[in-house]
Amino acid sequence: MLNFIQIISDFAIPFILLAIPAYGFIKKVKVYEAFTDGAKEGFQTAVRIIPYLVAMLVSIGVFRASGAMDGLTSLLSPVTGLIGMPAETVPMAIMRPLSGGGATGVMTDLITTHGADSLIGRMSSIMMGSTETTFYVLAVYFGAVSIKKTRHALPAGLIADAVGIITAVIIARLMF
Amino acid sequence: MINIIWFLMIAVGVIFGAINGNITAITDAAISSAELAVEISIGLIGVMALWLGIMKIAEKSGLIQLLSRALKIIMVKLFPDVPPEHPAMGAIIMNMAANVLGLGNAATPLGLKAMNELQTLNPTEDTATDAMVTFLAINTSSVTLIPASVIAIRASAGSANPAEIIGPTIIATAASTVAAVITVKLLQRLPRFQMDIENENIK
Repeated sequence: MLNFIQIISDFAIPFILLAIPAYGFIKKVKVYEAFTDGAKEGFQTAVRIIPYLVAMLVSIGVFRASGAMDGLTSLLSPVTGLIGMPAETVPMAIMRPLSGGGATGVMTDLITTHGADSLIGRMSSIMMGSTETTFYVLAVYFGAVSIKKTRHALPAGLIADAVGIITAVIIARLMF
Repeated sequence: MINIIWFLMIAVGVIFGAINGNITAITDAAISSAELAVEISIGLIGVMALWLGIMKIAEKSGLIQLLSRALKIIMVKLFPDVPPEHPAMGAIIMNMAANVLGLGNAATPLGLKAMNELQTLNPTEDTATDAMVTFLAINTSSVTLIPASVIAIRASAGSANPAEIIGPTIIATAASTVAAVITVKLLQRLPRFQMDIENENIK
């Protein structure tokens, strides 16, 4: 199983790199010209994201460095305990929408402390894959087209995160 | 909403940092995060160019239109405001495909391409459309089938079966994606989230 997954991951990108130009070639597309034409947009898009990403990462960075996470964890753990969520995994739930790297760090720490095959280890692994880094995605994607009024995007993203995290807790409790 | 949360994270951070005696850590975090943001953005240029180039070939060869047609029924339901043959549909599909396969590097450029295409349909300059919010809600709830990095970390921590979390993860991510779509469709009807065309900067 693990080998099979590894093989798929290893081949996915080389396969796409070959398949799409090959299809274009058969369809008589000038593949080299089309490629450079598309690639031109890469620079502008990347640069346009900068202000949005700076704003978002600074506020998340300040929040993380302050130690406010511990306060929030002790504030939330009586509530999260009601749905069978161990207090140790609360920082994981808070971190997941804020920072992908941060959440990976918390998960790695929980796995090494409690064991990969413990309930906490498994639960945090499922939480990691259950949702995305909402704040990062919104900053980058809206930033790329200079959207400032995001309407219901953040509430919807956070509700989806909450559902993903709660489902992760329930599934881990049921299956393991 | 985003204004409140952004401000709260900074305010709570600075106040907590001062109380905890972490105030220099706040300064360091602010500066290093700002630097990191630029590093990430600049680092994106190469991969962006690569995938946007490949995407252009897929577009010119008709591959994307082929994909769009195959998934038309679902896409039209999810994005009723986007014409079925619009290039935005193709870009959205490519982004989702990359996400499902766990190709994060490819997913971001394709997603940004989709946002650019959706922006061409936007009557305003700086306000998100329903289609954009729906697209991002699906994106932020993640549809990854194989969480490769989680499996790798579990394997290196000596798990007896590192991949056992694939099934539960698919269930959890499916639940969050369904919740995202339902929430978006409900919230977009609320008066406070309406697009107030009259007061927007029309292009």
